[in-house]
Amino acid sequence: MTEENIPVADTQPVNPAQLHAKFRMRYAGSDSSAFSLDVDLRLPGNGITAVFGQSGSGKTTLLRCVAGLERAQPGRLTVNGETWQSATLFLPTHQRPLGYVFQEPSLFPHLSARGNLNYARKRSGVANSDDLYEQVIELMGIKPVLLRYPHQLSGGERQRVAIARALLIQPRLLLMDEPLASLDTARKQEILPYLEKLRSAFDIPILYVSHSLDEVTHLADHLVVLQQGRVAAQGPVGEVFSRMDAPQLVGSGASVIWHGKVLERKEQWHLARIACAGGELWVRDTGDAPGQQIRVRILARDVSLTLSRHEDSSILNRLPVSVLEIATDKEAGMALVRLQAGSDVVTAQVTHRSVDYLQLAPGQRLWAQIKSVAIVR
Amino acid sequence: MFSEADLAAIWLTLKLATTVTILLLIIGTPIAWWLARTGSWLKGPVGAVVALPLILPPTVLGFYLLLAMGPDGFIGQLTRQLGIGTLAFTFQGLVLASVFYSLPFVVQPIQNAMQALGERPLEVAATLRAGPVDRFFTVVVPMARPGFITASVLGFAHTVGEFGVVLMIGGNIPGETRVVSVQIYDHVEALEYAQAHVLAGSMMVFSFLMLLGLYGFQKKHFFAGIR
Amino acid sequence: MHLLNHLLVTALFSLLLFNHVRAEEVHAAVASNFTAPMKQIVEQFEQSSGHDVTLSFGSSGKIFAQIQNGAPFQVFLSADQQKPEALEKNGLTVPGSRFTYAVGSLALWSARSDFVDDDYTRLKQGEFNKLALANPKLAPYGAAAVEVLSALKLREATQPKWVMGENIAQTYQFVDSGNADLGLVALSQIMHNGKIKKGSGRIIPGELHNPIRQDAVLLSNAQDRKGAQALLAYLRSDKAHAIMRAFGYTTE
Repeated sequence: MTEENIPVADTQPVNPAQLHAKFRMRYAGSDSSAFSLDVDLRLPGNGITAVFGQSGSGKTTLLRCVAGLERAQPGRLTVNGETWQSATLFLPTHQRPLGYVFQEPSLFPHLSARGNLNYARKRSGVANSDDLYEQVIELMGIKPVLLRYPHQLSGGERQRVAIARALLIQPRLLLMDEPLASLDTARKQEILPYLEKLRSAFDIPILYVSHSLDEVTHLADHLVVLQQGRVAAQGPVGEVFSRMDAPQLVGSGASVIWHGKVLERKEQWHLARIACAGGELWVRDTGDAPGQQIRVRILARDVSLTLSRHEDSSILNRLPVSVLEIATDKEAGMALVRLQAGSDVVTAQVTHRSVDYLQLAPGQRLWAQIKSVAIVR
Repeated sequence: MFSEADLAAIWLTLKLATTVTILLLIIGTPIAWWLARTGSWLKGPVGAVVALPLILPPTVLGFYLLLAMGPDGFIGQLTRQLGIGTLAFTFQGLVLASVFYSLPFVVQPIQNAMQALGERPLEVAATLRAGPVDRFFTVVVPMARPGFITASVLGFAHTVGEFGVVLMIGGNIPGETRVVSVQIYDHVEALEYAQAHVLAGSMMVFSFLMLLGLYGFQKKHFFAGIR
Repeated sequence: MHLLNHLLVTALFSLLLFNHVRAEEVHAAVASNFTAPMKQIVEQFEQSSGHDVTLSFGSSGKIFAQIQNGAPFQVFLSADQQKPEALEKNGLTVPGSRFTYAVGSLALWSARSDFVDDDYTRLKQGEFNKLALANPKLAPYGAAAVEVLSALKLREATQPKWVMGENIAQTYQFVDSGNADLGLVALSQIMHNGKIKKGSGRIIPGELHNPIRQDAVLLSNAQDRKGAQALLAYLRSDKAHAIMRAFGYTTE
């Protein structure tokens, strides 16, 4: 499938690319907002790939090109070795084995929730399995509302039915266009757990468009950052977040995402110890049993540096690290220090004064104190 | 209350309006679909032709249909070649004329309803593996249902109320082309005002009830279908 | 100054003119079969009298209903005798003003040349698609047409092929457009300067039907209107009769 070797923005190899998309498209915008999309992507064939960018960066257009709802020319698209679009071929949307969840729920108003699900089941082209149906409505928690019509459902319920519908078509690629954007915070919190379960329960690659950093850190395994129709960065999510230019890319403070496994729970402290590639961390006890996979995010501004190991501190987590590189942060007077911790990377945000005072230089060994660790699953 | 001739006219009118409404739904739906979706420059001209009966006096339409259906007219030549003679003074001729005359009343509500759907439901259906024909019958038709109902009611009522065209091409043949509106006209012209009142009054009530039912339906649907 | 003088002269002149002929507005309602001759007659009448005539054409039945409901007509030229009589009974006319202004004739006519023969053979043998006639219930020409067919003993035989116009004008249209091969129309519709102007036709002898007497009447709201009275008088003049005869009417 990798018949031509196109350089990928990030050098570190990821899973063999299962989705290869190359689109060029130009819009003559009505109000000087002429927009163009020009991307060449190789994405992994499993897990959630988040397509992140500000509005107008072309992420929805990219998704629509993958679905065949827009016709990019020139365009090339292969998914799991099947060509969906090439110079001579353009599969119409209804012949592409994909599922699509739109930003607004888009249920058919003339059909009940169950009618909407059956619409997909009838057309899945795969032998219908009642098990799958039961599994999907169980997973999305929509059993009680199946007989209702869309206008009788809450926004969150509608979107869960829409996701279930997209799953029941039994897609080989699931496309989700900001499925939470039309919901308020409470509804977002209602749906996020379902999406997390979705990732673990179904082995379908998911392209997930979002402009919410929160959703990306929660869900994504792989990240594509689009800026003005072009790929600004792509790679495993932790790697992109730890890049020195991450603040420019994702518009928030630098951070890293670590994957860990629960080692033990200390219920009297409400804490759990987890093992990550970068070292062991104490985190808030979420009730996850030992052995459970967990994902945490460490913000650079929560990481401080000391030359010696301070045991006389309230800070729980301190790790031995060595300096990889030092860069100026976009925030005035601040520097970002990229650090090797174990076999992973963590970034610290410190003042330039501290850089001078501690005489930081690449290769230097010191201690990182981590004030807080956010569990994002 | 009604004379035998009146009853014959009523029965004929209902038969005509039903036939015309069914034909109009069959003919008008693809026209409405095309008008709702096309970006072609032909949209303007075709839309204008469809809308012509809205503003043309029925006598103009009737006059041209009479000429066109005549042995030298293009419709007349066609029908004669098909071996069915000429259509003037026949029920089939009335059906043809009424289809022309009521076309905008059927096409426009359906077209509006289809336009109001927007792209999204069709895109959703496409991502659920529905091909173009499948999408049309499982998404467009049911979602545009209020438009179809409005179109049927207006097409039916307008055909029932048609007069000028029938007068021009009908020939006033009992049981064949003498519809209620012509019968009323005959009563009035013959100074049979009492009989005219009975028929004309019934027609008023009928038309009012049809429109009342339609508006009631539209209001209900507006609230139920807003999401 | 010049303009003022001019206006003054004009005003004086019109005053003299009014004094002389007392020009009036006349509003006449006319049955549609009499449209063509009436236009010519009124043109001459306006020239010689100075009165100004407005004409409304329509079916006699419609005009009758309008007059009963207060339409501001002064003169009514009907296609029959019954309607002016009925108005007279209802007291809507000036007593004694009713008279027969013309007697209509029928013609068997086809828009196709050499189609109508002299001895009704085609009618008798049924070699035609449709026979157009005016609705006998509504139009005097229709009633006369049915009398003709009865007299020829062709009523039952031809009835399945009848198509009826609401008035004689529409009956003419059915035949003229070729949709009906034959029609019994008013002679005045196909005759111009004493000749049949198009297709083929023959005049129906007056013995085959009751005479189609067309009556005129002065309506009661025109009691003292000199113009309206003058118009009715002009309809009896030789000049008016000559025009009517050229269109195939007879006069009494």
